[in-house]
Amino acid sequence: MNNFLGLYNYWIVIILMMTGFYIVIAKGNLLKKVVGLNIFQTSVIIMYVSMAKVKDGAAPILTEGVEKFSNPLPHVLMLTAIVVGVATTALALALIVRIYEEYGSVEEDEIHEQDGSF
Amino acid sequence: MVTAFSIVFMRDLFAIVILFGIYSLVSASFFVNLDAVDVALTEAAVGAGISTVLMLGTLALTTRREKKSSHGPTLPLMVVTVTGAALIFATLDMPYFSDPANPIHQHIAPRFIEQSGQEIGVPNMVTSVLASYRGYDTLGEVVVIFAAGLGVLTLLGRFGKRPEITMPSPSMSHHLILRVIAKALIPLIILYGLYIQFHGDYGPGGGFQAGVIFAAAIILYAIIFGTEKAQRVISPTVIHILMAVGVLIYAGVGVITMFLGGNFLGYNVLAHDPVHGQHYGILLVELGVGVTVTAVMLSIFFDFSDRKRIQSIEEQ
Amino acid sequence: MISHNLPALQIVLPLISAPLCLLLLRPKLVWIFTLVVCLATLGISVELLSLVINTGAISYEMGNWAPPWGIELRVDEISSFVLLIVSLIGAVVILYARKSVEREIPPHKHTLFYSAYLLCLAGLLGIVITGDAFNVFVFLEISSLSTYTLVALGNDRRALTAAFQYLIMGTLGATFILIGIGLMYMMTGTLNIQDLAGRIPEVLDTRTIRASFAFLTVGICLKLALFPLHLWLPNSYAYAPSAVSAFLSATATKVAIYVLLRFVFIIFGVTFAFEVMPMGTVLMLMSIPAILIGSTVAIFQQNIKRMLAYSSVAQIGYMILGISLASVTGLTSGILHLFNHALMKGGLFLALGGIAYHTGAARIEHFKGLGQTMPWTMAAIVVGGLSLIGVPLTVGFVSKWYLVLAALEQGYWPIAVVVLVGSLLAVIYMWKLVEAAYFNKVDKNEVVVREAPLQMLIPTWLLIAASLYFGIHTELTIDAAQKAAELLMEAGR
Repeated sequence: MNNFLGLYNYWIVIILMMTGFYIVIAKGNLLKKVVGLNIFQTSVIIMYVSMAKVKDGAAPILTEGVEKFSNPLPHVLMLTAIVVGVATTALALALIVRIYEEYGSVEEDEIHEQDGSF
Repeated sequence: MVTAFSIVFMRDLFAIVILFGIYSLVSASFFVNLDAVDVALTEAAVGAGISTVLMLGTLALTTRREKKSSHGPTLPLMVVTVTGAALIFATLDMPYFSDPANPIHQHIAPRFIEQSGQEIGVPNMVTSVLASYRGYDTLGEVVVIFAAGLGVLTLLGRFGKRPEITMPSPSMSHHLILRVIAKALIPLIILYGLYIQFHGDYGPGGGFQAGVIFAAAIILYAIIFGTEKAQRVISPTVIHILMAVGVLIYAGVGVITMFLGGNFLGYNVLAHDPVHGQHYGILLVELGVGVTVTAVMLSIFFDFSDRKRIQSIEEQ
Repeated sequence: MISHNLPALQIVLPLISAPLCLLLLRPKLVWIFTLVVCLATLGISVELLSLVINTGAISYEMGNWAPPWGIELRVDEISSFVLLIVSLIGAVVILYARKSVEREIPPHKHTLFYSAYLLCLAGLLGIVITGDAFNVFVFLEISSLSTYTLVALGNDRRALTAAFQYLIMGTLGATFILIGIGLMYMMTGTLNIQDLAGRIPEVLDTRTIRASFAFLTVGICLKLALFPLHLWLPNSYAYAPSAVSAFLSATATKVAIYVLLRFVFIIFGVTFAFEVMPMGTVLMLMSIPAILIGSTVAIFQQNIKRMLAYSSVAQIGYMILGISLASVTGLTSGILHLFNHALMKGGLFLALGGIAYHTGAARIEHFKGLGQTMPWTMAAIVVGGLSLIGVPLTVGFVSKWYLVLAALEQGYWPIAVVVLVGSLLAVIYMWKLVEAAYFNKVDKNEVVVREAPLQMLIPTWLLIAASLYFGIHTELTIDAAQKAAELLMEAGR
């Protein structure tokens, strides 16, 4: 039973991760792919933050009377990852806008059809 | 999680984007639960805020409906199942959730928790690690943001002198109530941004979150009063210069420490007392972060919102 | 002070210069500024290489925090070698870029182009020099984001879809790498590469570490475009601006291979990767089709940039094949080919840019009669092509020779056959160009085609001449590659 509780959090994360991954590779709509990519990245963030948690720990800000803290390092890493994620998203969306202007569509199939090749 | 699943099946892209915003917000509250207050603040501002706004902007410039895809889901499903199985397999030997005996709580992190108070003198450990111990990573992060701003500018915007644009920008300034509320709200948002910027040493917050909040205030102004008016307050050229200036402040601190005999970003040499040096260093780099993030967010937002107008010049 | 801070300057110089570009008032100055920065970067990497050769590996503590708490920069025999390749190509391409960029990119975007170029250079150098696993991810994203921008600047609308596809696959790759790093961190509590190498053996036998190994390998293979994860590469290289194609083909995938070497050999160790995990078999099974299919598809391409891109897929196959043998000779051939291929492919793409300068594109029909109208450019293509095929006296021969030696050492004679067939296929696709250029008359109604400007021709020939020089004087590169290979083989025993 301990086994189940100890890893439960990670399993949820994996299901989320795979949902995002599936959207990215299976869906033809470019915007939907970007949303999927975001879900995928957010779930990785949840994974890192989950491992930082310490039982009965507090948020890692020095306060009097608190001795147990959660691990600050993964938090720092994930701040970076979030920012990288939004940077990628912004660029991807800009590309989508340009693609729509050029092709009049944001569907992968229609775009390839117009270029006549893969 | 339900939100994530429904995104798979929905076709209305508008609904998907809104659901995604909700998903981000839920994740943010989950992070608070896990004691990651800084991460939560950033996720709420960035994931639920900026990303959603940009996605809506993209929808406005493209289309709302998703069409049915022709190829079947078998191959992707297989890939996903294999990857997922590999991850589940990986969890079987993982250290259990929230157990203090886990390797990551034994090695490296204890020093951050026990000594950052004396070495850096900033109560918020996330800030100490972010801006000092791993300051070089954070410099990289600011550059990533800068790179994104540069990329969107290249794709959608216009750099340098721009010809006069005659097309008017849409605004909601005829709504009296919106106007009054916005005028009252915007100074408060900026004040809150300043608080987050400079209070990051003590509570959750710092340059990133503050930058996003500043940008949000100006974006709100732009949405209600029209981008033209907003750009009269802060012109695109100024924004582009600020994008670069922020990175230069951060990297400049590193160069100065090199001249003073330290290593790159070694703040100890900035003052006689190393702890003071750390203080100055962190303050300055957080400022650099704040400036770049604000400028890039604004630049990206204006690139999206001005796209129709810029396109009209490019076609001429 | 300067010599002590050299490792930091290697990255910081291009990194600071990128935003400075935006502040320069006169757009004309930007190119000169970028050129000066690239040359200085090249100077630093030469200096670092000689320092490493004379005094051994250098470790630099960012922010004066000792690793593993702070981030460490680490320059050793392998990384200094790769740093040199990247900064060398960076400088040569920028010398070339002015004319080509003037022709291919609208003027108000020039500043942005050079700024993105410097960012990309800084990102690639940052990946190579860092000694911290998470820092690899950060700099990977800097270089990737600027690469997507650079690719999207191509003047064909397909450049946009190519950039988007690259962005999606690249981000998936980076996220896989992030998962891998996370799992490693979970088991060891550290992010520093040296520290990881020391702590991983204790937990090597866990399923988590195995999965982390798998995720890292898949993620990096996406980035280095190993068959069948190469789908983003041909279009990106084909539709990007000429200077960008040359720069990327010579550096980006090479850096990814370096990251693979670093993670697999230094952190996990040869024994784990090749005996416990089936790394050798998997890589071999992917690289052989990469060589055969890549070369075959290349033959049928009408767009010559696309043809060279598929040829790159095949050449990456050769490098990975060498690595998959997991012997000193095999690794030597892989590392050697990494350097040699950078020279010849860089030179070839630059030459194509020269052709596109006048014709606007580089399709097979544009090659008609180029033997007369552009003799120097065509000669460069022929020499580069001979090197791709692997004719003696060119660099291509040297690395293939070592690859065959390594295969025969272990009695894998079918691999030698694969290398031979790959070379034959290369003969076919290069012959198509030669035939069009030298045995076809110029079309009368075509635009007048003249030789490319000197400013483009000289950098092209610099790389091509280097590929001849190192094909004849092989000691220098073989020595460096061998040292690196031995270091890698010993690292994780």
